[in-house]
Amino acid sequence: MRYHTPSSFEDAARLAAQAQGLTRFLAGGTDVLVQMRAGMVQPDDLIDLKKIPGVGDITRTDEGGWRIGVAVPGAALSAHDALRAEWPGVVEGMDLVGSVQIQGRATLTGNLCNGSPAADSVPGLVAAGATVEITGPEGTRTAPVAEIPAGPGKTSLQAGEVISAILLPPRGAHGGDAYLRFIPRTEMDIAVVGCAVNLRLSGDTVAEAQVALGAVAPVIRLVPEAAEAIIGTTLDEAALQALDAAARAACSPIDDKRGTVAFRTEVAGVLARRAALIAYGRAKGDTA
Amino acid sequence: MSKIHVTTTVNGDPVEFLADPRETLLDCLRDHLGLTGSKEGCGTGDCGACSVTLDDRLVCSCLVLGVEAEGRRVDTIEGMADADGLHPLQRKFIEHAALQCGFCTPGLLVAAKALLVQNPDPTEEEVRYGLAGNLCRCTGYDKIVRAVMDAAAEMRQEAA
Amino acid sequence: MAKDEFKEFRLVGTRPDRPDGLDKVTGRARYGADISAPGMLWGAVVRSPHAHARIVSIDTSRAEALEGVKAVVTRADFPTGLTGEDWDLQENTMAGERALYDGHAVAAVAATSKLRAEEAARLIDVTYEVLPHVIDVDDAIKPDAPVIREGAADATVPEGMPPNVVRYMEFGHGNVEAGFAEADLVREGHYKTEATHQGYIEPHACLGQLGGDGKGEMWVCTQGQWFIRKMCAGVLGLDAAQLRVTPSEIGGGFGGKTTIFMEPLSLALSRKAGGKPVKIVMTRSEVLRATGPTASASMDVRIGMKKDGTLTAARAEFRMQGGAFPGSPVDMALYCAFAPYKLDHVAHVGYDVLANRPKCAAYRAPGSPMGAFAVESLIDEMCRELGLDPMEVRLKNAVREGDRASYGPKFASIGLVETLEATRAHPNLAEPLGPNQGRGVASGYWFNHNGETSVSLAISEDGTAQVSIGTPDIGGSRASIALMTAETLGIPYEDVRVNVVETGALGVNEPTHGSRATFASGKAAVLAAGQAITEMCRRAAAEWGIEPEAVEWVDGAAQPAGPNAGKFPPMSIAEIAGKMGETGGPISGHHESVPEGVGASFGCHVVDVEVDPETGRVTILRYLVVQDAGRAIHPAYVEGQYQGGAAQGIGWALNEAYIYDDKGRLQNPVFLDYRVPVASDLPMIDTVIVEVPNPGHPYGVRGVGETGITPPLPAIANAIQDATGARLRALPMNPPAVLAALKAARGA
Repeated sequence: MRYHTPSSFEDAARLAAQAQGLTRFLAGGTDVLVQMRAGMVQPDDLIDLKKIPGVGDITRTDEGGWRIGVAVPGAALSAHDALRAEWPGVVEGMDLVGSVQIQGRATLTGNLCNGSPAADSVPGLVAAGATVEITGPEGTRTAPVAEIPAGPGKTSLQAGEVISAILLPPRGAHGGDAYLRFIPRTEMDIAVVGCAVNLRLSGDTVAEAQVALGAVAPVIRLVPEAAEAIIGTTLDEAALQALDAAARAACSPIDDKRGTVAFRTEVAGVLARRAALIAYGRAKGDTA
Repeated sequence: MSKIHVTTTVNGDPVEFLADPRETLLDCLRDHLGLTGSKEGCGTGDCGACSVTLDDRLVCSCLVLGVEAEGRRVDTIEGMADADGLHPLQRKFIEHAALQCGFCTPGLLVAAKALLVQNPDPTEEEVRYGLAGNLCRCTGYDKIVRAVMDAAAEMRQEAA
Repeated sequence: MAKDEFKEFRLVGTRPDRPDGLDKVTGRARYGADISAPGMLWGAVVRSPHAHARIVSIDTSRAEALEGVKAVVTRADFPTGLTGEDWDLQENTMAGERALYDGHAVAAVAATSKLRAEEAARLIDVTYEVLPHVIDVDDAIKPDAPVIREGAADATVPEGMPPNVVRYMEFGHGNVEAGFAEADLVREGHYKTEATHQGYIEPHACLGQLGGDGKGEMWVCTQGQWFIRKMCAGVLGLDAAQLRVTPSEIGGGFGGKTTIFMEPLSLALSRKAGGKPVKIVMTRSEVLRATGPTASASMDVRIGMKKDGTLTAARAEFRMQGGAFPGSPVDMALYCAFAPYKLDHVAHVGYDVLANRPKCAAYRAPGSPMGAFAVESLIDEMCRELGLDPMEVRLKNAVREGDRASYGPKFASIGLVETLEATRAHPNLAEPLGPNQGRGVASGYWFNHNGETSVSLAISEDGTAQVSIGTPDIGGSRASIALMTAETLGIPYEDVRVNVVETGALGVNEPTHGSRATFASGKAAVLAAGQAITEMCRRAAAEWGIEPEAVEWVDGAAQPAGPNAGKFPPMSIAEIAGKMGETGGPISGHHESVPEGVGASFGCHVVDVEVDPETGRVTILRYLVVQDAGRAIHPAYVEGQYQGGAAQGIGWALNEAYIYDDKGRLQNPVFLDYRVPVASDLPMIDTVIVEVPNPGHPYGVRGVGETGITPPLPAIANAIQDATGARLRALPMNPPAVLAALKAARGA
């Protein structure tokens, strides 16, 4: 295996485009190293992105959103007070990934590119309307986070393309987001179901909403029907029940070692309700 | 496979080793540097027995490549006690019988030390969640949590 | 505390720092993988990806051609003609004609580096013909199940039984039908438990070296170095005395490190590589796939109870698979199932069944947790139905000294009643419960074990003492043995060093298993110390010119026994030791036996849970362990055993399980999905050490290690019913299972 430490994304993309065998990018490494260790992946070229200037930075964009470097570990994301205040759901999604040790390494970008339907940080990004900046042989483009996952273990990135940053839109006023997941233990598990809700209020009424579900389909996806169930409501009991039903209806999960179809479907509705209430509270100014 | 020359600092000492790029930092610590205090319990970042700090950030050394240590600062269990004696956490672990087989102990001590740097006065719940990445199969964690809280109290008193 | 016939002790019952504490908090302690040797090779093992397959061919040529590869072994490199357990062990070490489970070793390789060995293992081409397989015990016992091994049944199996039944048993006493007729309520329940793994954090590791002369050395993490020696010698056809096995510090075992897995492979590779030492360290997934998890069980229990709670009769029929080899602990499960209850009429039936799973090993009170899950659950259900307090029912039917045990023998001194009374008096039982919260109680039992034991003690020139024991220290037994030795010799705790020694240094010892280390090695150490004391009294008597019988040992010194013996100042151990060279040479003591007087240990647990009615998540709010220790030599490590056993039982009850896909492949061979409890899953675990001293041990010790894993399984099921009304009769009681049960109960 050849180990590369390019100093720019252009170089990284060039290395990847020229590589003959199996290539992997290394950010936090918490998935890649596990796969290498298990013999699932034996890369011929490993391209470590951490020597590229700026990859560890979280910066304000001109539009008032955020640019998050591909090597920002979860611990740094959680420690960023301003980001956490604006996008608590995004940050808590990442924070739920693994232990303190994992948080010392794991990154949003890595979690996204691992392509797991159960990735904890992705529903929050999808609900937030986040985009990624992609550097490839043809230059730079941006794409919605929602378009990156392409099935378990797969992404829509082309050969030679590498994500060079994650971009969060401006939070704006009266907005709130939240992410909840269900796991059998209290820590250290992969999500059996995950749900992110991002909404904006007009007075007490939900004016805009995005609901994203994880681990209940081959890809993490937005559920417009679930969002519609709460838009125009004050999140009263009827709206919550409609949200619960819409979330369940959007599920097409599998039975596996982590949960059953029936369980995942039922709990998706439960988490949607609970996450919506937290997001609503945050939009009203709750800081918890 | 050609090996890569790595220069790094471990427990304050400059060290050099040759690493196959596939080798983890844990492999390099144990097999190239003879620092076998960090343990491999899983190799997948689930048990925490290999916990070390990398530039003061707590990580599983099984999820870091040896070559990534180039120019960084690594601290392991072997560096926890100094010439003046044991770290308060080490003493409290012995005092509270917070170890049975002792295999998870180095990783737990390194993780607990990192926890107390971040949060010198943790609640029981904060200790439990803070150490959730360190599996112990012998103790049921009771005496470990007590030892960490007792060490934290002592360290706060010393700092005051 | 219970009746205490013992005097106050100077050291026994105190909590000094453990002797190996400093090594273990500094990273200095050396475990299985921590040793390397000059010229060492690394081993790697090729394992079957199939649950059941004929091995058509193994082509090792590509691996052998790889630079740095020094040896490849397959079953062809092992001796033939073995029988019985030796054959089973050999077959499990390395598959022969067929791979019998996912993870079964089929070849092994040694090379100059770990990475090269792994690479070589990937270059070994094995052709398989996949055969039908069976995983679940109820499927495996069907008459038309895939046959795991023809002719594996022993003489206990009657004609006409299904092909995978390899051992059958029935026993009991009284007349159960008459007993059931006396009952006001007879209930029957069907229960299932899934296989779990001991989950020790240290993977198996060894460094083996074997020359062409049949002489070998091994460094290995094990609970029993003599077992490793005997089993490796058996599998490889070596003379046991030519193998020297040194135990490393051990990173947990819980029964799983009492047998061999890859150890003979390191020796076979070493021999083939010209005697170079070979180190093999398992990965976690190898540990979960290919070491010795516990059995899974399918159980039917029938119990008769009077309106006042008196048990009239009980019957249990248990079926257990322990993998592709005989040896599930179905016998132990049956022995323990009704042990806490006085029963005039009881019947047991057991089936040991083969399935395509790894060969089970011991796991903390092997069998007892499964049996308790069935019996303690059903008793709780019946108490609910009759409106009886489950604590009172347990006390009413509790066995006492002299009672006939459900499995036959008469109980010697036991502390069940004292344990139940201490439980009933505990403040946790008075804590109020909120909505969705419930409380469950359950009892548990383990016999405890003695086993071959050999201990040697030597007095040093300065009057300090060293004790050589053969039972590896897994949870602080060096401390308890040092305490008892120092107490007996009348010297400070710090003056005793306890060494766990290699096979060449002592007579044969069974492993640290059966909760025997503090009982058996402890008793032998005390008896060895007594021998040394006798010798020291003799030396003092000779110097004083009086009869040895006229000398007694008090507070670490010889002194004349009474005024008639003569008037001499006490002669201290240091004084006697300092001149041992002039007075007859080294002073030592030793003891070899299978120590009599094992004391059984009963426990009772109380758990409070909260159940999330929308997700089925069970949170442990409060946990209490009450258990009879006989005498707690080092109470902190007794509490540790109670807490650790409870934590393992909680894991088994809630989330741990072997999960197979439809091809019989293990789906969760990593700690990510084999879900042992993490720190945030548990509350503090309250303990009460009951002390009903065991008259069979000089300091009253019973074993304390195992009983604690047994009650959590039923106690949590009982608490879930208390909280929700839903009864779970299968493990694990994970959120999907609990939520489904809640929905079923609401629908009913």
